[in-house]
Amino acid sequence: MTVDLLAKYDPLIAEHAGLLATGIRDPFGIVMDEVLSPTQAIIKGKATILLGTYNYMGMTFDADVVAAGQAALRDYGAGTTGSRVLNGTYQTHKECEAALKDFYGMAHAMVFSTGYQANLGMVSTLAGKGDFIILDADSHASIYDGCKMSNADIVRFRHNDAADLEKRLKRLPADAGKLVVLEGVYSMLGDVAPLPELVAIAKAHGAMVLVDEAHGMGFFGAHGRGVYEEQGVADDVDFVVGTFSKSVGTVGGFCVSNHPRFEILRLVCRPYTFTASLPPAVVASAATSIRKLMTAHDKRARLWEATRRLHGGLKARGFRLATDTPESAIVSVLMPDQETTALMWSTLIDLGVYVNMSRPPATPAGVFLLRCSICALHSDEQIDTVLGRFEQAAQLCNLARNQAA
Amino acid sequence: MTDRAGVYARILELIEPLNARKVALGEHTSFAGDMEMDSLTVMDLVASMEDEWDIMIPLNMLPDLETIGQVADAVHGLVAKKG
Repeated sequence: MTVDLLAKYDPLIAEHAGLLATGIRDPFGIVMDEVLSPTQAIIKGKATILLGTYNYMGMTFDADVVAAGQAALRDYGAGTTGSRVLNGTYQTHKECEAALKDFYGMAHAMVFSTGYQANLGMVSTLAGKGDFIILDADSHASIYDGCKMSNADIVRFRHNDAADLEKRLKRLPADAGKLVVLEGVYSMLGDVAPLPELVAIAKAHGAMVLVDEAHGMGFFGAHGRGVYEEQGVADDVDFVVGTFSKSVGTVGGFCVSNHPRFEILRLVCRPYTFTASLPPAVVASAATSIRKLMTAHDKRARLWEATRRLHGGLKARGFRLATDTPESAIVSVLMPDQETTALMWSTLIDLGVYVNMSRPPATPAGVFLLRCSICALHSDEQIDTVLGRFEQAAQLCNLARNQAA
Repeated sequence: MTDRAGVYARILELIEPLNARKVALGEHTSFAGDMEMDSLTVMDLVASMEDEWDIMIPLNMLPDLETIGQVADAVHGLVAKKG
Protein backbone atom coordinates (compact mmCIF):
# COMPACT_ATOMS: atom_id res chain seq x y z
CA MET A 1 0.00 0.00 0.00
CA THR A 2 1.06 3.54 -0.68
CA VAL A 3 0.63 6.22 1.95
CA ASP A 4 -0.56 9.42 0.26
CA LEU A 5 2.07 11.92 1.32
CA LEU A 6 -0.24 14.82 0.52
CA ALA A 7 -2.99 13.60 2.85
CA LYS A 8 -1.39 15.54 5.72
CA TYR A 9 -2.51 18.73 3.97
CA ASP A 10 -6.19 17.79 4.01
CA PRO A 11 -7.10 20.30 6.77
CA LEU A 12 -5.54 23.13 4.74
CA ILE A 13 -7.20 21.92 1.53
CA ALA A 14 -10.56 22.00 3.33
CA GLU A 15 -9.90 25.43 4.83
CA HIS A 16 -8.96 26.94 1.45
CA ALA A 17 -11.95 25.34 -0.26
CA GLY A 18 -14.20 26.68 2.50
CA LEU A 19 -12.84 30.17 1.97
CA LEU A 20 -13.50 30.06 -1.78
CA ALA A 21 -16.97 28.57 -1.19
CA THR A 22 -18.01 31.88 0.39
CA GLY A 23 -17.77 33.31 -3.11
CA ILE A 24 -14.63 35.43 -2.71
CA ARG A 25 -11.68 35.57 -5.11
CA ASP A 26 -8.62 33.46 -4.28
CA PRO A 27 -6.16 35.75 -2.46
CA PHE A 28 -3.31 33.44 -3.39
CA GLY A 29 -4.30 32.92 -7.04
CA ILE A 30 -4.02 36.38 -8.60
CA VAL A 31 -2.84 36.52 -12.22
CA MET A 32 -1.53 39.77 -13.70
CA ASP A 33 -2.72 39.64 -17.31
CA GLU A 34 -0.85 42.79 -18.22
CA VAL A 35 1.52 44.96 -16.19
CA LEU A 36 1.21 48.57 -17.30
CA SER A 37 3.68 50.19 -14.92
CA PRO A 38 5.16 49.66 -11.44
CA THR A 39 1.83 50.83 -10.00
CA GLN A 40 -0.78 49.47 -12.44
CA ALA A 41 -1.82 46.13 -13.90
CA ILE A 42 -4.76 44.53 -15.64
CA ILE A 43 -6.26 41.75 -13.52
CA LYS A 44 -9.23 39.86 -14.97
CA GLY A 45 -9.77 42.66 -17.45
CA LYS A 46 -9.82 45.36 -14.77
CA ALA A 47 -7.32 48.19 -14.38
CA THR A 48 -5.91 47.68 -10.89
CA ILE A 49 -3.72 49.85 -8.69
CA LEU A 50 -0.84 47.76 -7.35
CA LEU A 51 -0.33 48.41 -3.66
CA GLY A 52 1.31 45.16 -2.60
CA THR A 53 4.39 44.56 -4.73
CA TYR A 54 7.41 45.81 -2.66
CA ASN A 55 8.38 47.68 -5.82
CA TYR A 56 9.40 50.56 -3.55
CA MET A 57 11.51 52.55 -5.98
CA GLY A 58 9.57 51.69 -9.13
CA MET A 59 12.65 50.41 -10.98
CA THR A 60 10.95 47.54 -12.85
CA PHE A 61 10.18 49.69 -15.91
CA ASP A 62 13.07 52.15 -15.61
CA ALA A 63 14.29 52.73 -19.18
CA ASP A 64 17.98 52.28 -18.32
CA VAL A 65 17.31 49.15 -16.28
CA VAL A 66 15.27 47.58 -19.10
CA ALA A 67 17.85 48.56 -21.72
CA ALA A 68 20.70 47.01 -19.70
CA GLY A 69 18.76 43.76 -19.46
CA GLN A 70 17.96 43.75 -23.17
CA ALA A 71 21.60 44.33 -24.11
CA ALA A 72 22.80 41.53 -21.83
CA LEU A 73 20.13 39.17 -23.15
CA ARG A 74 21.31 39.90 -26.67
CA ASP A 75 25.05 39.73 -25.90
CA TYR A 76 25.24 36.91 -23.34
CA GLY A 77 22.15 34.80 -24.06
CA ALA A 78 19.14 33.77 -22.02
CA GLY A 79 20.88 31.92 -19.20
CA THR A 80 24.20 30.70 -17.84
CA THR A 81 23.18 27.04 -17.37
CA GLY A 82 25.65 26.81 -14.52
CA SER A 83 26.75 27.41 -10.96
CA ARG A 84 28.58 30.57 -9.97
CA VAL A 85 31.63 28.46 -9.11
CA LEU A 86 31.73 26.62 -12.45
CA ASN A 87 30.56 28.15 -15.73
CA GLY A 88 27.93 30.53 -14.31
CA THR A 89 29.95 33.67 -13.54
CA TYR A 90 29.94 36.12 -16.46
CA GLN A 91 31.29 39.62 -16.66
CA THR A 92 27.72 40.76 -15.89
CA HIS A 93 27.77 38.99 -12.50
CA LYS A 94 31.08 40.59 -11.56
CA GLU A 95 29.75 44.02 -12.58
CA CYS A 96 26.69 43.44 -10.44
CA GLU A 97 28.86 42.56 -7.43
CA ALA A 98 31.00 45.64 -8.13
CA ALA A 99 27.85 47.79 -8.09
CA LEU A 100 26.89 46.30 -4.72
CA LYS A 101 30.36 46.94 -3.27
CA ASP A 102 30.14 50.57 -4.41
CA PHE A 103 26.58 50.99 -3.14
CA TYR A 104 27.40 49.62 0.32
CA GLY A 105 31.01 50.81 0.50
CA MET A 106 32.08 47.29 1.42
CA ALA A 107 34.97 45.09 0.34
CA HIS A 108 33.00 41.97 -0.60
CA ALA A 109 29.72 41.15 -2.31
CA MET A 110 28.22 37.79 -3.18
CA VAL A 111 25.14 37.50 -5.42
CA PHE A 112 22.71 34.63 -4.86
CA SER A 113 19.89 33.55 -7.17
CA THR A 114 17.15 34.76 -4.77
CA GLY A 115 16.86 36.66 -1.51
CA TYR A 116 15.54 33.51 0.13
CA GLN A 117 18.70 31.69 -0.83
CA ALA A 118 20.88 34.54 0.45
CA ASN A 119 19.45 34.19 3.96
CA LEU A 120 19.28 30.42 3.75
CA GLY A 121 22.91 30.25 2.64
CA MET A 122 24.42 32.87 4.93
CA VAL A 123 22.69 31.78 8.14
CA SER A 124 23.30 28.07 7.59
CA THR A 125 26.94 28.50 6.54
CA LEU A 126 28.06 31.03 9.16
CA ALA A 127 26.84 29.00 12.14
CA GLY A 128 27.67 25.31 12.49
CA LYS A 129 27.67 22.62 15.14
CA GLY A 130 28.48 24.04 18.56
CA ASP A 131 27.64 27.60 17.49
CA PHE A 132 24.51 29.53 18.44
CA ILE A 133 22.12 31.48 16.24
CA ILE A 134 20.08 34.05 18.11
CA LEU A 135 17.17 35.31 16.01
CA ASP A 136 14.25 37.69 16.43
CA ALA A 137 10.94 35.86 16.91
CA ASP A 138 9.41 37.66 13.91
CA SER A 139 12.21 36.67 11.51
CA HIS A 140 11.40 35.88 7.89
CA ALA A 141 10.88 32.23 6.88
CA SER A 142 14.19 32.24 4.99
CA ILE A 143 16.03 32.96 8.26
CA TYR A 144 14.17 30.24 10.15
CA ASP A 145 14.91 27.82 7.32
CA GLY A 146 18.59 28.81 7.38
CA CYS A 147 18.61 28.01 11.10
CA LYS A 148 17.04 24.63 10.44
CA MET A 149 19.66 23.87 7.81
CA SER A 150 22.58 24.80 10.06
CA ASN A 151 23.62 22.39 12.77
CA ALA A 152 23.75 25.21 15.31
CA ASP A 153 21.66 25.60 18.45
CA ILE A 154 18.82 28.04 17.79
CA VAL A 155 17.75 30.64 20.35
CA ARG A 156 14.80 32.96 19.69
CA PHE A 157 14.27 36.29 21.44
CA ARG A 158 11.12 38.39 21.76
CA HIS A 159 10.54 40.66 18.77
CA ASN A 160 12.61 43.88 18.92
CA ASP A 161 13.14 43.37 22.68
CA ALA A 162 16.69 44.31 23.68
CA ALA A 163 16.29 43.18 27.30
CA ASP A 164 15.04 39.76 26.18
CA LEU A 165 17.96 39.43 23.74
CA GLU A 166 20.40 40.23 26.55
CA LYS A 167 18.80 37.75 28.94
CA ARG A 168 19.11 34.98 26.36
CA LEU A 169 22.67 35.85 25.34
CA LYS A 170 23.71 35.70 29.02
CA ARG A 171 22.64 32.04 29.17
CA LEU A 172 25.06 31.06 26.38
CA PRO A 173 28.63 29.87 26.94
CA ALA A 174 31.07 32.78 26.65
CA ASP A 175 33.45 30.90 24.39
CA ALA A 176 30.87 29.66 21.83
CA GLY A 177 30.46 31.16 18.35
CA LYS A 178 27.35 33.34 18.14
CA LEU A 179 25.41 34.89 15.28
CA VAL A 180 22.68 37.42 16.05
CA VAL A 181 20.26 37.77 13.11
CA LEU A 182 18.19 40.95 12.79
CA GLU A 183 16.09 42.68 10.16
CA GLY A 184 16.03 46.43 9.56
CA VAL A 185 12.35 46.43 8.60
CA TYR A 186 10.03 43.58 9.57
CA SER A 187 7.88 42.93 6.54
CA MET A 188 4.60 41.89 8.13
CA LEU A 189 3.87 44.84 10.40
CA GLY A 190 6.29 47.21 8.67
CA ASP A 191 7.96 48.10 11.96
CA VAL A 192 11.62 49.04 12.26
CA ALA A 193 14.17 47.43 14.62
CA PRO A 194 15.93 49.40 17.39
CA LEU A 195 19.28 48.36 15.95
CA PRO A 196 21.60 50.48 18.17
CA GLU A 197 20.35 48.73 21.33
CA LEU A 198 20.22 45.25 19.79
CA VAL A 199 23.59 45.50 18.05
CA ALA A 200 25.33 46.92 21.15
CA ILE A 201 24.08 44.00 23.26
CA ALA A 202 25.11 41.48 20.60
CA LYS A 203 28.61 42.96 20.42
CA ALA A 204 28.95 43.11 24.23
CA HIS A 205 28.35 39.35 24.29
CA GLY A 206 30.85 38.58 21.56
CA ALA A 207 28.34 37.81 18.82
CA MET A 208 28.70 38.53 15.11
CA VAL A 209 25.75 40.42 13.62
CA LEU A 210 23.85 39.86 10.38
CA VAL A 211 21.17 42.36 9.35
CA ASP A 212 18.64 41.65 6.61
CA GLU A 213 17.86 44.91 4.82
CA ALA A 214 15.47 43.47 2.22
CA HIS A 215 12.80 46.09 2.97
CA GLY A 216 15.15 48.97 3.81
CA MET A 217 17.47 49.14 0.80
CA GLY A 218 17.05 52.18 -1.41
CA PHE A 219 15.43 54.66 0.97
CA PHE A 220 16.82 54.44 4.52
CA GLY A 221 20.09 56.22 5.34
CA ALA A 222 22.18 58.83 3.53
CA HIS A 223 23.25 56.36 0.83
CA GLY A 224 20.02 54.34 0.85
CA ARG A 225 21.80 51.34 2.37
CA GLY A 226 19.15 50.55 4.90
CA VAL A 227 18.01 50.99 8.48
CA TYR A 228 21.46 49.99 9.79
CA GLU A 229 22.93 53.02 8.00
CA GLU A 230 20.20 55.40 9.10
CA GLN A 231 20.58 54.33 12.74
CA GLY A 232 24.37 54.65 12.61
CA VAL A 233 25.45 51.08 13.40
CA ALA A 234 27.29 50.29 10.14
CA ASP A 235 30.64 49.76 11.92
CA ASP A 236 29.22 47.01 14.14
CA VAL A 237 27.31 45.02 11.51
CA ASP A 238 29.34 42.12 10.13
CA PHE A 239 27.04 41.02 7.30
CA VAL A 240 24.25 42.75 5.39
CA VAL A 241 21.85 40.56 3.42
CA GLY A 242 19.52 41.97 0.80
CA THR A 243 17.45 41.27 -2.27
CA PHE A 244 16.99 42.53 -5.82
CA SER A 245 13.26 41.74 -5.79
CA LYS A 246 12.16 44.85 -3.93
CA SER A 247 13.74 48.28 -4.45
CA VAL A 248 16.13 46.99 -7.15
CA GLY A 249 13.17 45.78 -9.19
CA THR A 250 14.28 42.39 -10.51
CA VAL A 251 15.18 39.12 -8.74
CA GLY A 252 18.20 37.86 -6.80
CA GLY A 253 19.77 38.08 -3.37
CA PHE A 254 23.10 39.14 -1.94
CA CYS A 255 25.35 39.49 1.06
CA VAL A 256 27.94 42.27 1.51
CA SER A 257 30.64 42.38 4.15
CA ASN A 258 34.10 43.65 5.05
CA HIS A 259 35.10 40.37 6.66
CA PRO A 260 38.61 39.42 5.41
CA ARG A 261 37.68 35.73 5.10
CA PHE A 262 34.41 36.41 3.26
CA GLU A 263 35.40 35.04 -0.17
CA ILE A 264 35.72 31.46 1.11
CA LEU A 265 31.93 31.41 1.50
CA ARG A 266 31.61 30.98 -2.27
CA LEU A 267 33.01 27.48 -1.90
CA VAL A 268 31.19 26.35 1.24
CA CYS A 269 27.77 27.98 1.00
CA ARG A 270 25.56 25.33 -0.55
CA PRO A 271 22.63 27.52 -1.68
CA TYR A 272 25.23 29.57 -3.58
CA THR A 273 27.26 26.71 -5.00
CA PHE A 274 24.68 24.10 -5.90
CA THR A 275 22.28 26.13 -8.00
CA ALA A 276 22.42 27.89 -11.36
CA SER A 277 23.43 31.55 -11.38
CA LEU A 278 21.07 34.33 -12.38
CA PRO A 279 20.57 35.00 -16.11
CA PRO A 280 22.87 37.75 -17.47
CA ALA A 281 19.88 39.99 -18.24
CA VAL A 282 18.82 39.92 -14.59
CA VAL A 283 22.21 40.83 -13.12
CA ALA A 284 22.79 43.51 -15.78
CA SER A 285 19.42 45.08 -14.91
CA ALA A 286 20.23 44.82 -11.21
CA ALA A 287 23.64 46.47 -11.59
CA THR A 288 22.14 49.41 -13.48
CA SER A 289 19.32 49.77 -10.97
CA ILE A 290 21.68 49.65 -7.95
CA ARG A 291 23.87 52.39 -9.42
CA LYS A 292 20.81 54.56 -10.08
CA LEU A 293 19.54 54.00 -6.54
CA MET A 294 22.74 55.53 -5.15
CA THR A 295 21.54 58.97 -6.14
CA ALA A 296 17.75 58.51 -6.19
CA HIS A 297 17.17 61.26 -3.61
CA ASP A 298 14.00 62.59 -5.22
CA LYS A 299 12.44 59.15 -5.40
CA ARG A 300 13.28 58.47 -1.76
CA ALA A 301 11.60 61.70 -0.72
CA ARG A 302 8.58 60.91 -2.87
CA LEU A 303 8.28 57.39 -1.41
CA TRP A 304 8.14 58.74 2.15
CA GLU A 305 5.63 61.41 1.06
CA ALA A 306 3.30 58.85 -0.54
CA THR A 307 3.69 56.55 2.47
CA ARG A 308 2.72 59.31 4.91
CA ARG A 309 -0.28 60.14 2.74
CA LEU A 310 -1.54 56.56 2.78
CA HIS A 311 -0.82 55.95 6.47
CA GLY A 312 -2.39 59.25 7.55
CA GLY A 313 -5.39 58.78 5.26
CA LEU A 314 -6.16 55.28 6.51
CA LYS A 315 -5.75 56.37 10.11
CA ALA A 316 -8.08 59.33 9.57
CA ARG A 317 -10.67 56.92 8.18
CA GLY A 318 -10.53 54.86 11.36
CA PHE A 319 -8.57 51.87 10.09
CA ARG A 320 -6.44 50.14 12.73
CA LEU A 321 -2.82 50.14 11.63
CA ALA A 322 0.06 47.95 12.79
CA THR A 323 2.33 50.94 13.45
CA ASP A 324 1.15 54.21 14.96
CA THR A 325 3.37 56.22 12.60
CA PRO A 326 4.69 55.19 9.16
CA GLU A 327 8.00 53.51 10.10
CA SER A 328 8.74 52.00 6.67
CA ALA A 329 7.13 51.84 3.22
CA ILE A 330 4.88 49.03 4.46
CA VAL A 331 1.52 50.03 5.90
CA SER A 332 -0.34 47.09 7.45
CA VAL A 333 -4.04 47.30 8.27
CA LEU A 334 -5.03 45.12 11.24
CA MET A 335 -8.05 42.90 10.59
CA PRO A 336 -10.23 41.02 13.07
CA ASP A 337 -10.31 37.50 11.59
CA GLN A 338 -9.73 35.39 8.50
CA GLU A 339 -13.24 35.74 7.06
CA THR A 340 -13.33 39.54 7.29
CA THR A 341 -9.79 39.80 5.94
CA ALA A 342 -10.60 37.64 2.94
CA LEU A 343 -13.85 39.52 2.28
CA MET A 344 -12.14 42.92 2.50
CA TRP A 345 -9.32 41.73 0.27
CA SER A 346 -11.75 40.36 -2.28
CA THR A 347 -13.84 43.53 -2.23
CA LEU A 348 -10.74 45.66 -2.75
CA ILE A 349 -9.61 43.60 -5.75
CA ASP A 350 -13.10 43.93 -7.24
CA LEU A 351 -12.77 47.69 -6.75
CA GLY A 352 -9.39 47.65 -8.53
CA VAL A 353 -6.89 47.72 -5.65
CA TYR A 354 -4.37 44.94 -5.06
CA VAL A 355 -2.93 44.56 -1.56
CA ASN A 356 -1.48 41.49 0.20
CA MET A 357 -3.59 39.36 2.45
CA SER A 358 -1.40 38.02 5.26
CA ARG A 359 -2.35 35.49 7.87
CA PRO A 360 -0.73 33.20 10.44
CA PRO A 361 1.73 31.54 10.45
CA ALA A 362 3.37 34.11 8.12
CA THR A 363 2.25 36.86 10.52
CA PRO A 364 3.34 37.12 14.17
CA ALA A 365 1.01 36.65 17.14
CA GLY A 366 -1.88 35.30 15.08
CA VAL A 367 -2.77 38.61 13.45
CA PHE A 368 -4.59 39.01 10.13
CA LEU A 369 -3.44 41.83 7.88
CA LEU A 370 -4.15 43.69 4.69
CA ARG A 371 -0.63 44.73 3.87
CA CYS A 372 0.12 47.68 1.62
CA SER A 373 3.55 48.50 0.22
CA ILE A 374 4.06 51.87 -1.37
CA CYS A 375 5.98 52.79 -4.54
CA ALA A 376 7.79 56.07 -5.19
CA LEU A 377 5.79 56.25 -8.42
CA HIS A 378 2.38 56.18 -6.75
CA SER A 379 0.81 59.56 -7.48
CA ASP A 380 -1.18 61.48 -4.89
CA GLU A 381 -4.25 60.81 -7.05
CA GLN A 382 -3.64 57.06 -6.90
CA ILE A 383 -3.21 57.16 -3.12
CA ASP A 384 -6.42 59.17 -2.79
CA THR A 385 -8.25 56.70 -5.05
CA VAL A 386 -6.98 53.85 -2.87
CA LEU A 387 -8.18 55.63 0.29
CA GLY A 388 -11.62 56.08 -1.22
CA ARG A 389 -11.82 52.43 -2.18
CA PHE A 390 -10.70 51.29 1.27
CA GLU A 391 -13.53 53.41 2.70
CA GLN A 392 -16.00 51.89 0.24
CA ALA A 393 -14.81 48.34 0.91
CA ALA A 394 -15.03 48.81 4.68
CA GLN A 395 -18.65 49.93 4.33
CA LEU A 396 -19.51 47.01 2.04
CA CYS A 397 -17.90 44.57 4.49
CA ASN A 398 -19.21 46.21 7.69
CA LEU A 399 -15.66 46.43 8.99
CA ALA A 400 -15.48 47.80 12.54
CA ARG A 401 -13.30 50.90 12.64
CA ASN A 402 -12.04 53.40 15.20
CA GLN A 403 -13.90 56.65 15.62
CA ALA A 404 -12.49 58.99 12.98
CA ALA A 405 -9.41 60.63 14.44
CA MET B 1 10.22 23.22 42.45
CA THR B 2 13.18 21.69 40.61
CA ASP B 3 12.39 18.01 41.14
CA ARG B 4 10.65 16.18 38.27
CA ALA B 5 7.20 16.37 39.91
CA GLY B 6 7.58 20.07 40.67
CA VAL B 7 8.77 20.84 37.14
CA TYR B 8 5.87 18.87 35.67
CA ALA B 9 3.29 20.65 37.84
CA ARG B 10 4.65 24.09 36.92
CA ILE B 11 4.70 23.19 33.20
CA LEU B 12 1.00 22.32 33.40
CA GLU B 13 0.35 25.79 34.86
CA LEU B 14 2.29 27.43 32.05
CA ILE B 15 0.41 25.47 29.39
CA GLU B 16 -3.09 26.00 30.78
CA PRO B 17 -3.64 29.56 29.43
CA LEU B 18 -2.59 28.33 25.95
CA ASN B 19 -4.78 25.24 26.08
CA ALA B 20 -7.39 26.71 23.75
CA ARG B 21 -9.18 23.41 23.16
CA LYS B 22 -9.37 22.68 26.92
CA VAL B 23 -7.82 19.24 26.46
CA ALA B 24 -7.23 17.18 29.61
CA LEU B 25 -3.48 17.46 30.24
CA GLY B 26 -1.32 14.46 31.07
CA GLU B 27 2.17 13.03 30.59
CA HIS B 28 1.27 11.78 27.11
CA THR B 29 -0.68 14.81 25.86
CA SER B 30 0.98 16.07 22.66
CA PHE B 31 1.31 19.73 21.73
CA ALA B 32 0.65 19.50 18.00
CA GLY B 33 -1.64 16.46 17.92
CA ASP B 34 -3.82 16.73 21.03
CA MET B 35 -3.67 20.44 21.80
CA GLU B 36 -3.42 21.55 18.15
CA MET B 37 -0.88 24.22 19.10
CA ASP B 38 0.75 25.98 16.17
CA SER B 39 4.52 26.27 16.01
CA LEU B 40 4.54 29.93 17.11
CA THR B 41 2.57 29.16 20.27
CA VAL B 42 4.90 26.28 21.07
CA MET B 43 7.91 28.57 20.66
CA ASP B 44 6.35 31.18 22.98
CA LEU B 45 5.66 28.46 25.54
CA VAL B 46 9.28 27.34 25.35
CA ALA B 47 10.41 30.93 25.97
CA SER B 48 8.28 31.09 29.12
CA MET B 49 9.84 27.84 30.40
CA GLU B 50 13.33 29.16 29.68
CA ASP B 51 12.59 32.21 31.79
CA GLU B 52 10.90 30.21 34.56
CA TRP B 53 14.00 28.10 35.22
CA ASP B 54 16.68 30.35 33.64
CA ILE B 55 17.69 27.63 31.20
CA MET B 56 18.12 27.44 27.43
CA ILE B 57 16.00 25.13 25.31
CA PRO B 58 17.29 25.49 21.74
CA LEU B 59 14.55 25.41 19.07
CA ASN B 60 16.32 22.54 17.33
CA MET B 61 15.40 20.37 20.35
CA LEU B 62 11.68 20.87 19.74
CA PRO B 63 11.08 18.14 17.12
CA ASP B 64 11.98 15.58 19.83
CA LEU B 65 9.65 17.09 22.42
CA GLU B 66 6.17 16.05 21.35
CA THR B 67 4.47 15.45 24.69
CA ILE B 68 4.25 17.21 28.05
CA GLY B 69 6.14 14.34 29.68
CA GLN B 70 9.01 14.65 27.22
CA VAL B 71 9.22 18.39 27.87
CA ALA B 72 9.19 17.82 31.63
CA ASP B 73 12.05 15.33 31.28
CA ALA B 74 14.05 17.75 29.16
CA VAL B 75 13.47 20.74 31.45
CA HIS B 76 14.25 18.65 34.54
CA GLY B 77 17.47 17.47 32.89
CA LEU B 78 18.53 21.02 31.99
CA VAL B 79 17.73 22.31 35.48
CA ALA B 80 19.70 19.45 37.08
CA LYS B 81 22.67 20.11 34.78
CA LYS B 82 22.64 23.76 35.78
CA GLY B 83 23.03 22.62 39.42
